[in-house]
Amino acid sequence: MKPALILLPLVAVLFFASLLIGPAGLGAGESLAALLTGKGGAVVLVMQEIRLPRALLGVMVGAVLGLSGAAMQGYLRNPLAEPGLIGVSSGAALGAVLSLQTGLAAAFSLALPLAALTGAGISVALVLLLAGPRGGALALILAGIALSALSGALTSLVLNLSPNPFAVTEIVYWMMGSLADRSMEHVWLALPFMAGGAVLLLSLGRGLDALTLGEDAAASLGVGLTGLRLRLVLGTAAAVGASVAVAGAVGFVGLVVPHLLRPLVGAQPSRLLPASALGGAAMVLAADVAVRLIAPDQDLKLGVLTAIIGAPFFFHLLWRMRRIEA
Amino acid sequence: MSLLRLETLTVRRGECPVVDGVSLTVGPGEFVGLIGPNGAGKTSLLRGALGLLPVEGGSSLLRLSPKERARAVAFLPQGREIAWPVEVETLVALGRGPHVAAGARGEDQAAVTRALARMGLDGFRSRKATALSGGEQARVLIARALAQETPLLLADEPVAGLDPEAQLRTMEVFTGLAAEGRSVVASIHDLGLAARACSRLVLMARGRVVADGPPRAVLSEENLAQVFGVRGYFAETPDGPVFQPMGLLR
Repeated sequence: MKPALILLPLVAVLFFASLLIGPAGLGAGESLAALLTGKGGAVVLVMQEIRLPRALLGVMVGAVLGLSGAAMQGYLRNPLAEPGLIGVSSGAALGAVLSLQTGLAAAFSLALPLAALTGAGISVALVLLLAGPRGGALALILAGIALSALSGALTSLVLNLSPNPFAVTEIVYWMMGSLADRSMEHVWLALPFMAGGAVLLLSLGRGLDALTLGEDAAASLGVGLTGLRLRLVLGTAAAVGASVAVAGAVGFVGLVVPHLLRPLVGAQPSRLLPASALGGAAMVLAADVAVRLIAPDQDLKLGVLTAIIGAPFFFHLLWRMRRIEA
Repeated sequence: MSLLRLETLTVRRGECPVVDGVSLTVGPGEFVGLIGPNGAGKTSLLRGALGLLPVEGGSSLLRLSPKERARAVAFLPQGREIAWPVEVETLVALGRGPHVAAGARGEDQAAVTRALARMGLDGFRSRKATALSGGEQARVLIARALAQETPLLLADEPVAGLDPEAQLRTMEVFTGLAAEGRSVVASIHDLGLAARACSRLVLMARGRVVADGPPRAVLSEENLAQVFGVRGYFAETPDGPVFQPMGLLR
């Protein structure tokens, strides 16, 4: 059975759930009619300006996180790898934090995501520079870890020295990751980066399959490892950078989703890529619906929930690895 | 027409040459055993010839594009890596990667079936590759290289860690390839197996080719003493040549 046959309907159902569930308490028929026809006053506003971008971003953010997680695990041949490993997420977060701290974020509506994208761009350039043009997987991981640590330290420094407690609060909340109160502008800004990144990542399938046999065997099968790594890094940077720019840090999706779906695709990296994109979309949509249902009045953050759900999966993964290795 | 031609190939690790000006030509229908003590440069020679290490000098394979090379030569690395629990059939089919062409699925499946049959793995088709024993995994990986169906196969210690049946079967498969006009270059530590099955032995020591020729000539008392520091027993039997290292000389 193809996993897409389960995952596609699941994503569709969750997408509609995301459209139909919210504090405004609108009827389902009324909401969808308003969304499609554009007639109905305030309902149209809620549907087109609030619910639709939120649901769309849920799909997009989840899909790229799942996809880049699967690509990263395939490249490093390690089920514990995740997209944040190359330092782009923390670089994007630093860009966003700086824009909040300096007040730039308030200047115009897309200032924060643009600052985050800039941060992602700078960090991917630094990672590629540090890891070298022909370096292997290890150089890439070390460069990513070093950059993540630096970005994290600089983010802490901003918080530490911030004279403005409101900015600190805002930064802390932003870093928890959320899809609330995003607009279609966010969708249009993120879409080209995510689509471009996804195209790059989906093109890696055959190379990642060959890497199952190790780097030497893959190279002898005609896979260009230097180009493969470059496409992986650029694709992940574009997709995940844009994801952090519009949603903040949403953790564990890129780690857990590929791991959960791997048995369904016979562990084949090329088949895991599209499956993880769908699975990631489903997980983020579900979590984003859940934050609205669990605490409708309290603005529970999406990233907090994915981490609370994700961490136990991580324990499970470690537990199983220990059992196998023992 | 040669399938592999190395011209004063040199591979350096830092300043020190681990392969030192090796020239070698392999024609069709040869089963070449690459022998020599640990650290003689066998693995570096194979990897250098394939362009997996930076080299000086020439290798005919380096003049091909990566895609052409993958259709000209298959490589079986020494490290037997299977990263994910994929099915044996899927893993062996990776050897078909360089042959992707529209409408060739049937041909690919036939090649996978032939490779599995050659390695005696028919019953393993839908087993998880990572759940197999080390020796079985090694056979699956050989089948992967066979499925590539290239004129030349470079194999780095293909029979290490295999049981006697699998060792003999693998050597027979390689002899069979040579009989079809394809060629195999395999590094082998078991001199007895190499003496029996290979049509030609290339003896390496400290990065250089010390001897190159028919097994009986290469495994001379003098070569064995100088390169391996052992003495051996050589006999012709009705089952073919037998060679056994007998004792240490130093």
